[in-house]
Order: sequence, then C-alpha cells, then structure tokens
Amino acid sequence: MRQFLGLPIDASAQGPSIDNLLVMVHWLMFVLFIGWLSYFIFTLIRFRKSRNPKADYHGVKGHYSSYVEVGVALTEVVLLVGFAFPLWAARVNKIPDEKDATVVRMVAEQFAWNVHYPGPDGIFGRTDINLVSSDNPLGLDRTDPYAKDDITTINQLNLPVDKPIIIELSSKDVIHSLNLPLFRVKQDAIPGQMVKVWFQPTMTTTQIRVTLSRTFSLANGIPEELATLTSLEDYRAKDSTVIVGKGGSFTDDLLPQLRQAGITDVKAAPDTPTEIACAQLCGLGHYRMRGFVTVQTPEEYAGWMKDQESQLQQQPQQ
Amino acid sequence: MEHTAGLAHGEHDTSHELSFWEKYIFSQDHKVIGIQYGITALLFLLFGFTLMIIMRWQLAYPGQPIPLIGQWLGDANAPGGIMLPEFYNQLGAMHGTIMVFLGVVPLAVGAFGNYLVPLQIGAPDMAFPKLNMMSYWSYFLGGVTMLSSFFVPGGAANSGWTSYAPLATIATTGQTFWLCGMIFLITSSLLGSVNFIVTIVQLRAKGLTFMRLPFFVWAQLVTSFLLLLAFPPLEAAGVLQLMDRLAGTSFFLPSGLVISGQPLHVSGGGSPILWQHLFWFLAHPEVYVLILPAMGIVAEIIANNTRKPLWGYKSMVYATIFLGFMSFIVWAHHMFMTGMGTVISAFFQTTTMIISIPSVIILTALLLSLYGGSIRFTVPMLFATAFLPMFGIGGLTGLPLGLAPSDIHLHDTYYVIGHFHYVVAPGTLFALFAGIYYWFPKVTGRQMNNALGRIHFFGSFIFINGIFMPMFIEGLAGVSRRLYDGGQQYAHAQGVLHWNVFMSISAFCLFFFQLFFIINFFWSMKKGKKVNSDNPWDATTLEWDTPTPPPHGNFIKPLEVFRGPYEYSVPGKSRDFVPQSEQEKV
Repeated sequence: MRQFLGLPIDASAQGPSIDNLLVMVHWLMFVLFIGWLSYFIFTLIRFRKSRNPKADYHGVKGHYSSYVEVGVALTEVVLLVGFAFPLWAARVNKIPDEKDATVVRMVAEQFAWNVHYPGPDGIFGRTDINLVSSDNPLGLDRTDPYAKDDITTINQLNLPVDKPIIIELSSKDVIHSLNLPLFRVKQDAIPGQMVKVWFQPTMTTTQIRVTLSRTFSLANGIPEELATLTSLEDYRAKDSTVIVGKGGSFTDDLLPQLRQAGITDVKAAPDTPTEIACAQLCGLGHYRMRGFVTVQTPEEYAGWMKDQESQLQQQPQQ
Repeated sequence: MEHTAGLAHGEHDTSHELSFWEKYIFSQDHKVIGIQYGITALLFLLFGFTLMIIMRWQLAYPGQPIPLIGQWLGDANAPGGIMLPEFYNQLGAMHGTIMVFLGVVPLAVGAFGNYLVPLQIGAPDMAFPKLNMMSYWSYFLGGVTMLSSFFVPGGAANSGWTSYAPLATIATTGQTFWLCGMIFLITSSLLGSVNFIVTIVQLRAKGLTFMRLPFFVWAQLVTSFLLLLAFPPLEAAGVLQLMDRLAGTSFFLPSGLVISGQPLHVSGGGSPILWQHLFWFLAHPEVYVLILPAMGIVAEIIANNTRKPLWGYKSMVYATIFLGFMSFIVWAHHMFMTGMGTVISAFFQTTTMIISIPSVIILTALLLSLYGGSIRFTVPMLFATAFLPMFGIGGLTGLPLGLAPSDIHLHDTYYVIGHFHYVVAPGTLFALFAGIYYWFPKVTGRQMNNALGRIHFFGSFIFINGIFMPMFIEGLAGVSRRLYDGGQQYAHAQGVLHWNVFMSISAFCLFFFQLFFIINFFWSMKKGKKVNSDNPWDATTLEWDTPTPPPHGNFIKPLEVFRGPYEYSVPGKSRDFVPQSEQEKV
C-alpha cells in the first residue's frame, strides 16, 4: 500500500510512523469504498426498471448498515487513540533536550528562508528589525557579544545526520509554511510567533541520492529525464580525464566522449532531492520559495561549520 | 392557522397588476427571485470555471502564451499572453471565492431553496418577500463588487479565497474590494437564512408536520441555521481586516513585521491566527452549506426514480441536525500546522472523526434506498447516482486530512484540493445539475432534451474524474498547492508533474461538455417538449400540485397534507405513487 500511495522516501526518524498512519487510513478508505462501490453497482444493475419493474415499498431489512457504521466508528476510535493522539503528542511535546540537539533558527520572508546558527557559544545573538538590510536580512546585532559568532545563511540549511534537529521557526512578514517533504516535516511560519519543530534525519543527502539513483542507458542518446539529473560518480575517459564528474550533468555534447570511453549506462539522481518548500501561499513568489537542506555526516557538518566560522572571521565586523 | 396567514399574504400581493420592473427585476415573488439567483449563479459558475481553465493552461504549459484569450488579458496580467504569477494568484483567489460564494451557495440555497421550499411546504411565498428581494440584490451587489476588482490597480484579490492576514492586509486594492464584496454577500445570506427559517417553521401547509417534510426542506432548514450562526463571525472579521487595511488598526497584525526589508509602521499586537479562527469558523460550516442542499436534491430524485420511499428518512433527518451542530466545532482541523498543542488538536481530531459518522449515515441511507427499487435512469437520476460514489471519495479522503499526524504530509498539497473538489464539484455540482434537469419542467413547462442531457452527463462524469483523481497522486507525492508553475521548481514533484497536462486536458474537455448543457438549457426553454401534466415525474411532494409554471401565489386549490413525502409503490395501491396532498377515500 505504501508503494501504491507513491509517498516520497522517508529520511527522518518520525517519518515511518506518519507513513504508517497514512497507510492504515488509506486501507480503511479502500475497504469502505470498494465495499460501497460493489454494492452500489450491484443495486444499479439488479434493480434497474427493466429487471425489477415493481419497487419494493420496504426495501432493505436488517441491520447490516448499522454494523458497518459502528465498525467505521470503532476503527476511527482506534486510529485516533492508538495512533493519531500519541503521534501528535510526540511531535509537539517530546521536544528533545537542546543540549543533545542541533538548534537552528529559521526566519521566513517573501521569498526566502533565512537560517541562523548560534555559533560555537550555542546562544543566538540579539536581532532588531531596525537593523534589517539586504546584507543583514535577519537584523542581527553584531555588537551583541552572543551575536559575534553567529552563522547565517540564506536558503541553505546544513544539518548533521542522526542527531535531533530543533528548528525555531518564525516569519518576518506573512505566513509561510516550512515543508521538508522527505523528512515529513511541515510547520507554518507565523509572524509574531516562534514555533519549535523537531525531527531527526536518518539519511545524508548523499545517501538519499544513492537511494533515488537510477541507471540510464545511453544507447539512444541522453534521455530527456537524465538531462535533469546529475551524476553519482566520476565517469572517466580511457586516459582517465573526467568526462562527467560527481554531481555533474549529462549534456548532449558529452555523448561522443562517453561513448568513446565505452560507457553505455550511467547512474544519476536528482541533484538536490532534500529541499525546503513553502507550503503556504505567501505572495507572487510563493512558487519559487525553494531552499535546500544538506544532511551531512557529523564530520562533514563540523567541517562545513568550520568553513563558515573562518569566513565570518575574515569579514570586517560591522 | 399557519396556512391562513400565508393565504392572506398571497391575496394581498395578487390584488394589483404588476409592472415589468416589479414582476421581473425587483420582484418579491420567491419563484422569480429563485430564477434570478439561478441565472446569476450559473453565469458566475461559468465565469469561475473559465478562470480555472486559464489557470490550468498555465499549470500544464507554464510560461507558454495562453491561446485565444491570452492577448485580451492585458499587459499587467499576461504580457504577450504569458501569465504573470501575480495574475495566477488573482485567478486562484477569485476562482475559489466565485465558485463558493457566488456560484454554488447562491445556486443551492438562493435558487433551489427559494424556488422550491415554499412550493414543497405548500406556502404561497416566502414569509418575508421584501427581505427576499433584498437578499438577491445584496448578492448581486456583492458579485458586481467582486468582478469590478479585476479592474482596479493591482487587480483582484490575490491572497487565496482564505485571505490569510498579514498577506491579505498588505495586498493590493483588490483585497479591499474583496472584503466589501464579502460583506454584501454575507448580508445577503443572513437575510436569506432568517427568511428560510421563518418560512419553514411558520408557513407549512395544514397537516405538514416536521416529519412529513421532504428531506430537501430539512436540508435547507439546517443549512439556514448554519448560515445564520456561522456567517456573522466572518462578517465581523471582514470588517476588522478592512480596518487593518484602511484605518491603521492591527487586529491581525503582530508587532515587528518587516515587509520587503522595511519595518512596517503599525501598532502591532494582533494575531494572524485569530483571522484563521474566525475565517474557518464560517468556512467549515460553509462546507455543509454547500453539501446539505445537494444531498436534499439527491434524496428527492432518488426517491422519485427508484419509485420507493427513502430508506431511513428519520435517521437521515437526525443525522442532518447532528451534522449541523457538529459542523460548528471542527473548524480548527484546517489549522493543525499552525503550531497546535496536543489537547486542542485531540479535540478537533475527535470532533472531525465524529462528524464523519452522520455523513456516513446519510450516504448509507441514500445507497440503501436504491435496494429494492425500480430504478429509472433518467438524466436527473444519472447525475444523482453519480453523486453518491464521487461524494463518497470526497468524504473518505477527508479522513487522512482530519488526523493531524497524517495531515503533516498532506496539508496544503494537491491532496487537499482533490478532497474538497470531490465534495463540491463532482459532489455538489452534480447534484445541482440533477436538480436543474429534475425541476426544469416545473419552472418552464418543458422537458430538457434527453439526448443532450446524457451527453452532458457522460462527458462530465469522465472528465471531472480526469481532473481531480490525479490530484491525489500529486498530493501524496507532496506537491504543494497554489504554485504558479505547478511545481516545476521542486525535485520531489518531478515524478508526478506529467499529470498536470492530463488534468488540464480533462478540464478543457469538461468545459466542452458543458456546452451541451448550455445549449440544452436555452433550447429547451423555447423548444423543449411540453409536459403533458403538472406532475411529469409522477412525484409525491407538494411542488407538483401547482399549475405549470406555478402562478403568483403558487397554489390554486386549498391544500392539506395527509402523509409523508415519499409514498411510492405503497402496497395495495393502483398507482405507484401517492401524493402528499391526496385525500384517502373513506
């Protein structure tokens, strides 16, 4: 059923339980619908005028329909008490300890996602709406001692794998909605309010790309779909120069070289499968309010953070 | 007593010859008002559908010039015929607003309710004819206001039919028009609902007890209570948002807003979530305002075309009343993603599951009514039977949305659009078409063409599913709604985007098959086969006791009701129907 529903892959610890509920509800829906539909089609054929010229005043006798209704009600109770309530409680109440988690602030605006890391001190610096400018979309007050080491990015959220992530979410202007479809996270970003949302990624972006990767044959040129994807490995010519590097695209002009190197099949995947989508209409740029999540191994993440810190130190302090 | 009060009123009105204006424009006759509502609402439905056709072009072929009409849309909306995102958002907001508030509700309540309720209860008119006239004209003004907003700078409202603050607060002038239009429309509904309640309670014919009312009248009664009680909060909220826009208040604006890099100078301290609560407090009952009259129509047609009584009439009535009550306490299931705590979400999930029970009861009763019948597949019956499974899909797909954890994945995706369209379009609209085919002979004295009706039915049935079924696929894949390019930007959408073309082509075909209805409607009015009796369907309810078409004052003979509404195929009777007004021979 899960496959039939075509859900995207699960890349977070809470994803499977949400999918599980989706699958169960859809089973209930299918059983009811198929049951009703078969009965419905049967009556339409059996009781058409030519087959049944005289209607029966009394119609159905017996209580089967009441049993069905009671059955539906009981199933709904089970879904609520057994699954929906505890799942939701876990989402909103069991926020992990900040000491064990990576805490990130995200502030949405028309039409971008501002990401704010507290830096090595673990404390977010002060922000002030009067300091907001195009260089400083968060209005971060760099004179504040806690703000000196804060890292900010736009539309790029780097996270370590297998560690709880707490996002402190809000918005500068209108209501947006943080949607991370592969992690089964969705939370409105509401101006004037800060809402915490948490999850735990279980796959790195690279692992996700490997899972999503498919092999394409080059026999009939570059397939249309392949042109939208990027490579998972280096494809080299016989003299070992790289024709298409890891993360590179397959374009028609590279085809002769690939063929010359004797490469007939290539593996490719979406370049940025872990993405941030905006799920709430936020204005004319709503459709392009796309950001990127990069889930990394702890080492990669630490390295990325180091880079950001050294970049920050090279910048003149405001 | 109720009966004589009604007659006295009727006599008063027919005592002088009416001028053209009094008779056709500012009429106080419920039937003329019903027809006015019907024609206006059908035109708005066509217009709202056209907006969607333009959007569907953009979704299937993003960035390509819109054929035929693209050049007329203006450089501010579609330079070179290519739609701008601003215009897409206007079309989206106005499609929703027009379909719900100017199309379906006025057709279901204003047109069918106005025309049929007095006839079905044996009353000469509505209780307050002047109020009734005001209700129509207030609706008309609301419609004009909404349409004129397309021509103001920045165009029509573009913040969705939900008009969430602060987006709507900072939107262009069109939003002010939207709010003013809504105030007219709400006023219209309030005037109408008071009128329906009083009419149904006070003007029933002698012998027509509540449990002898046709199910359609019950549906209209509960609908009127929903309108009466749910709309005032939105009217208040509309005025507050208007003040936020025009008078510098901050009911829905928090402190510290920064718009396009500039701090917004407002007093602040308001809550954007408050708007959502007030909006959905109306907009959820509104769903039942859309669906109950449709169920009423389907019930009438099924009883008539199966030639047997409705199964479980009483349980249907009680379920409808219960549904009405429950519909007031489910609204926040539209807001699970706003950061809702465990207790509140548990409450709204529970009420949402509870409200599915009366819906299941009504649907089950309608399905069971088919059993043992002698089903005649007339055009109205085709539409009414198709309503059942399609409304069923609409109802069932509400379940995963009503459970907060599964809503995480589906909220604000195409799954939601598929869900509510199955309720409203293949659901309610099919029922309304059924109603038009069914009562057309009473209104005009002529039958609609059968062959054209069947073409209209089968074309619509195939292609409406072609539009909405793939939405579930896109939604489960996680594709967001309200995207100008249909999701082209997103990697997770790539696997399902090809459905956009399929859905759009289905929409264009659906549009084509509506032409059969339009032609049939006007052709039959002039040239349709004349009915040879006042009761061409051999029906039991009181509207068929009137002359055809019913004159001012409706009934020409004294009326008394002796039995329930659906006495078909009563054992031992020579005919297979016994009208409610037929006196038992002693």
